[in-house]
Amino acid sequence: MSYLSLTDADRDAMLATIGVATVEELFRDIPAGVRFPGELDVPPALTEAELQRHLEELAAKNTVDEICFLGGGIYDHHVPAVVDAVLQRGEFLTAYTPYQPEMSQGVLQAVFEYQTAICELTGMDVSNASGYDGTTVAADACYVAKHVTGRSRIVITEATNPQVRQVVKTYAPGFGLEVVEVPHEGGVTDPAAVRAAAQDGAAVIFQTPNFFGCLEEAPELAAAANDAGAMAVAHVDPISLGVLEAPGNYGCAMAIGEGQPAGNAMSYGGPHYGFLAARSEFIRRLPGRIVGETVDVAGERGYVLTLQTREQHIRREKATSNITTNQTLLALAGLVHLSLLGPEGLRELGETCMALAGYAKERLVAAGLELAFPERPTFKEFAVRTGRNAREALADARAKRVYAGYPLGRDYPGLDDALLVAVTEKRTIDEIDRLAEALAR
Amino acid sequence: MKLIYEKSQPGRRGIGIPKPDLPVPEVPAELRRAEPPRLPELAEPEVLRHFTELSTRNFGIDTGFYPLGSCTMKYNPRINERVVGLPGFAALHPLVDEEAAQGALELEWELQEILREVTGLDAVSLQPAAGSQGELTGLMLFRAYFADRGETEQRRKIVIPDTAHGTNPASVTMAGYELTPVKTDPRGNIDVDDLRGKVDEHTAGLMLTNPSTLGLFDENIEEIRDIFHGAGALMYYDGANLNAVCGISRPGDMGFDVVHINLHKTFSQPHGGGGPGGGPIAVRASLEQYLPVPVVAREGDRFRLEYDRPKSIGKVRAFTGPFGVFVRSYAFMRAYGPGLREMSEAAVLNANYMLARLKDAYDLPFDRLCMHEFVLSARRLKRDHGITALDVAKRLMDYGFHPPTVYFPLVVPEALMIEPTESEAKETLDAFCDALLAIVREAAEEPETIREAPHDRPVRRLDEVRAVKQPVLKYGFEHHPAPGATSVAR
Repeated sequence: MSYLSLTDADRDAMLATIGVATVEELFRDIPAGVRFPGELDVPPALTEAELQRHLEELAAKNTVDEICFLGGGIYDHHVPAVVDAVLQRGEFLTAYTPYQPEMSQGVLQAVFEYQTAICELTGMDVSNASGYDGTTVAADACYVAKHVTGRSRIVITEATNPQVRQVVKTYAPGFGLEVVEVPHEGGVTDPAAVRAAAQDGAAVIFQTPNFFGCLEEAPELAAAANDAGAMAVAHVDPISLGVLEAPGNYGCAMAIGEGQPAGNAMSYGGPHYGFLAARSEFIRRLPGRIVGETVDVAGERGYVLTLQTREQHIRREKATSNITTNQTLLALAGLVHLSLLGPEGLRELGETCMALAGYAKERLVAAGLELAFPERPTFKEFAVRTGRNAREALADARAKRVYAGYPLGRDYPGLDDALLVAVTEKRTIDEIDRLAEALAR
Repeated sequence: MKLIYEKSQPGRRGIGIPKPDLPVPEVPAELRRAEPPRLPELAEPEVLRHFTELSTRNFGIDTGFYPLGSCTMKYNPRINERVVGLPGFAALHPLVDEEAAQGALELEWELQEILREVTGLDAVSLQPAAGSQGELTGLMLFRAYFADRGETEQRRKIVIPDTAHGTNPASVTMAGYELTPVKTDPRGNIDVDDLRGKVDEHTAGLMLTNPSTLGLFDENIEEIRDIFHGAGALMYYDGANLNAVCGISRPGDMGFDVVHINLHKTFSQPHGGGGPGGGPIAVRASLEQYLPVPVVAREGDRFRLEYDRPKSIGKVRAFTGPFGVFVRSYAFMRAYGPGLREMSEAAVLNANYMLARLKDAYDLPFDRLCMHEFVLSARRLKRDHGITALDVAKRLMDYGFHPPTVYFPLVVPEALMIEPTESEAKETLDAFCDALLAIVREAAEEPETIREAPHDRPVRRLDEVRAVKQPVLKYGFEHHPAPGATSVAR
């Protein structure tokens, strides 16, 4: 086995030092009744060349050559080559959590820079070093809200990503929380309905742009939460925050989201990163790693994991979360992408997505389709009614090598004819024309 | 070193954006961004150089020996990075029809099969994103199982030994359970007498790492199993230390009902400076119906995602889980095949060899053979020379090694928790042991050298108290102190 170094001579010398005759003897503490007798029944070992061929064959069974208009939380944005180059640096790739800061200034400083970028994007005071993804950070936010407010009801808009809602509902019973959903009306949420539901609520979670791609009246939703004494939590797309206002600037207590659009390949759903940022008064309730700046004994600037009394290895059953391994490498990818973009690039990226999505709307309407929520402004994604079962429309478009979107009927009864269409900066006018042609009635 | 924000110059850009000749729709004024986020402004070469320089201030397995106990810092084969980047994997959207993802689903199904065999259990969910989330998911399954039996109110307690990872008690609270701690006996096993008095009809289950965080296999595991199953309770196996026992002893055969597997430990997903990880769970058939959705299923030679599971706990993460982690770990498993047993044997041999070389110079709290890791105590160095485990850790950096885990598990004072993994050559193990032995001599002869360590890292020891008392958690732009501007009395 080429990953192992020990020779027979090494093994003999080592066993002699230990004072046992065989490797088998090293396992003598394992009772005979729980020893595994035979050989593991797993597929045979492969050499590197065989392994590559096998994985290439598996990869070839997936279809990735259709023009992608799928979104719904994961998006086909361009991942810059510099991101790959940085992530393949072995010093980042093969390190672990920076428990020993003198050995880990690279990743610590990078996380500090990431926290800064997330705070800049969201208008918040403090960010953690990452959560698992855009769904679990919503559950994290609920746990924060429970402890901050002492209340036990979570309000979440129905127009929030269905998987986010499902994860929140899965976590809620253990947290002792009840979850209430506020239905959408014409693709967005009525602030008055949120206001009513938020009474005695711990948090109001809303996504904007929401799952349908529509921009919510976010400041109104935040105000409805705040007036009820609930924490306003915005679930946002990082790529939108060059053109859309930061949640911290319209009264939110926390901002969370799926980081994938910034710097991560789609990779069939992961690994990606979730971001979680908050106003400073909630620092000590936040889950996860946080990096802080300090100085060394010589007065030089340096970075450390900090506020660790929140965490499981110190606080155990009283911790703010059980998270240990997080998504640092993926968050680093996000930081690299955002650093390449800068403020202008991020704004342009958002504007290009909006321009192309606007063009796609026009073309689809011209092709005889109807927008599901025509009155509502959108960002890079929108819902369109295909005039028939959306799954059939999707299948027909796929025959023309266009993956036209996500059938909303999977999650929203009554929208069985609707497709959710996402348009990133990677799509071209020609590709959008092909989409319109593929869906034309 | 400067922060990237301190290298920023207005007007620089690191990547261009396509600009189609199309109008940009208006954003309503009240929703439009008023002030742009202050992201760094650098050209592409300077961005690459910044992060390359940062990487040189970091240490990974590629750099050198990294015996961080409990973390299984093993070699990360580069073929795994190559295959995870194949467009057929990397460019696959998670919401495509099952028919467009047959290769991905086949890989996930095959991975589940291998995990079933390695754990000796019946069904697998790949969804949890890390070991901690696997723990929480497992406890959610406990809740669902007891709810079905009408025992939700009755069974409130989870038993955890005092050697456990902090994640275990944290997960217990997050799952809405109560903690019952149990002691460790003089041989480093669970204290069975203490245990007997604490397990009854109110017990939902046990969470156990076996081998434990002391690196010891619990010799009474069969008796422990009988106590829990006899009380109608379930058993959860924290798979953090599975690297010790692949092909040697299986959690399912030990009696455990739910197991999480840390793909980033035993199965070599690179740790990435803190993550990503993967925390699949394997369960006994009696718990299968509660697994998160979707479940990856096979029908003939087709693979599909099953959502119709009325008793499922729901979802703990988006989609089927961190797929790229699955690709790497599956590739790692396929490189070993049944030889996974040799992997564990080498890990245990390496650890015992180091233990044999070090146990006289340091204190060994439990004088037994170890499994894949062992815990020494530096209490004698502290008593005789005022040299702590932390000092030893910092001095090891001067010898070119990443330190072991220190001050854990909590039951051992001045703990040094050393896990070499199977990846290391004997010469590396010897060099590390030589360094630890040299530090014992230095403690007597030149303790100041140790106390001032490390000497050649990018920074010296850092003021962690200041970081807590005056938290600086992001760059302050025009208000931020320049590097080296702060002077502190030594």
